[in-house]
Amino acid sequence: MTDRTPAVGHLLRDLAPQVTGVLTRRFGDFATAEDAVGEALLDATVQWSRDGVPENPRGWLIQVAYRRMVELVRGEQARRRREDLVARREPADRRWAAPADLDRPADRDDTLTLLFLCCHPALTTASAIALTLRAVGGLTTGEIAHAFLVPEATMAQRISRAKERIRSSGVPFRMPDDRDRERRLATVLHVLYLIFNEGYASSSGGDLRRVDLAEEAIRLTRAVHALLPADGEVAGLLALMLLTEARGAARTGPAGELVTLAEQDRSRWDAAAIAEGVALVTRALPVGPVGPYQIQAAIAALHDEAPTAEATDWPQILALYRELERRTDNPVVALNRAVAQAMVHGPAVGLDALAALAADRRLAGHHRLLAARAHLHEMAGDRAAAGTDYRAAAAGTNSLPEQRYLLMRAARLTDR
Amino acid sequence: MKYILLMQYNTTGADFPTVDTWTPEEIRAHIEFMGEVNGKLMAAGEFVDAQGLAMPDQARIVRAGEGGRPVVTEGPFAETKEFLAGYWIVDTETVERAVELAAYISAAPGPGGAPVNMPIEVRAVMSGPPQDR
Repeated sequence: MTDRTPAVGHLLRDLAPQVTGVLTRRFGDFATAEDAVGEALLDATVQWSRDGVPENPRGWLIQVAYRRMVELVRGEQARRRREDLVARREPADRRWAAPADLDRPADRDDTLTLLFLCCHPALTTASAIALTLRAVGGLTTGEIAHAFLVPEATMAQRISRAKERIRSSGVPFRMPDDRDRERRLATVLHVLYLIFNEGYASSSGGDLRRVDLAEEAIRLTRAVHALLPADGEVAGLLALMLLTEARGAARTGPAGELVTLAEQDRSRWDAAAIAEGVALVTRALPVGPVGPYQIQAAIAALHDEAPTAEATDWPQILALYRELERRTDNPVVALNRAVAQAMVHGPAVGLDALAALAADRRLAGHHRLLAARAHLHEMAGDRAAAGTDYRAAAAGTNSLPEQRYLLMRAARLTDR
Repeated sequence: MKYILLMQYNTTGADFPTVDTWTPEEIRAHIEFMGEVNGKLMAAGEFVDAQGLAMPDQARIVRAGEGGRPVVTEGPFAETKEFLAGYWIVDTETVERAVELAAYISAAPGPGGAPVNMPIEVRAVMSGPPQDR
């Protein structure tokens, strides 16, 4: 693969969903349009990096993608039926040059429509993530495969299955109906959040060739926010990402080890990202309705604005977790609420709250519950109980840095 | 989430006769099945890696000796009763799916075309996200 210069890469990735949208609208065939744009992006990468960016990059890309689309549609005998369909739809004189009306001013809804399509509930989460990164994010299949550490052929297959699923379930290329819109937007935001989390999890690899998924998730969420500036949850999610990513540099030590929030060097936090995140959530919250992303962003903002761990406004954080708990059935929220209770009212109160939660089948014996309990035991000065829980939590996690952190914590307690 | 499916072979506890007693057709059917497994995983977009391992007779056990120099014990190891015959790494949406794949592999055809039902150990790969923020 040819390396894109950063400027060309950004431009192409911004244009990709617009062009896919135009072609999908035109041909009524998302799967092939997406392939055609993928090829056009490769063409553009080669030519633009060599000859410079054309005067009308969007028009150029539409022209080339259109030609690629026609080739794809006509090329394969196996796709004869689709070819017939296109031939019937296309007047003969339009077959080879893209019609001028294709390059009308950007239809602002296309990117959003495409995002709704890629994050369709008919798809599995893994498929939706892969498809979103390719069709909306404009990443190559190789880049996505590399980011998720799977072979390119596997990722290609995942993407093509996702497209097949969209085709076979007859999902139309249009914005969801008003009554569906909120639910569908929630799915879109969830997929973006998962992409962000994946980047957050895997960024410690130090592999510079890997696409930064957290950055990519922020870019996509920023685009959604630009299209839906009045939506509080979109703003909330963007704020949450910025406020979390702002701590990125400080959350791992020199050996890639996890550094907890309380122990992070706050001078390494990204002040600009914090300011942007705080401004976003401050603007969104009073407008309402208040949703879970806004509340989580508000919690992240309180952490980010505290000059020291001791100065954290835990009573406010506890109040926010209670608000969050009323809105979601996620047991992890209750877990975080219990920890906040401990920070406000002392470890004994927190441990009582955790004991109540241990009855929840989803949390009983879960490493997150054990890790939280270990911390509270340590706060209370019960080193033996803390050590036992830290070790049990270490045995239950699937994250290597987290396991090392928990074992280290247990070892520190017995260290003489 | 990524899982490794470990194909353990137990020389004493196996429910089926050792491969060297199978007919050529039975061996061929077994090999074909293994090839199909990989194709199936590829088609599902779940394949990460798969390898068969050479027999333990060829294994070397290495320890660091003085100055870090390798001290090598060569096989065959008489005490070897259970060994790793091969593995798959899959990337699946759920652990249930990984278990389903393991069961499918376990039922590979053996003598007379009957499933060998060999044990497959399913282990999560430590690739999950840390929870602390």
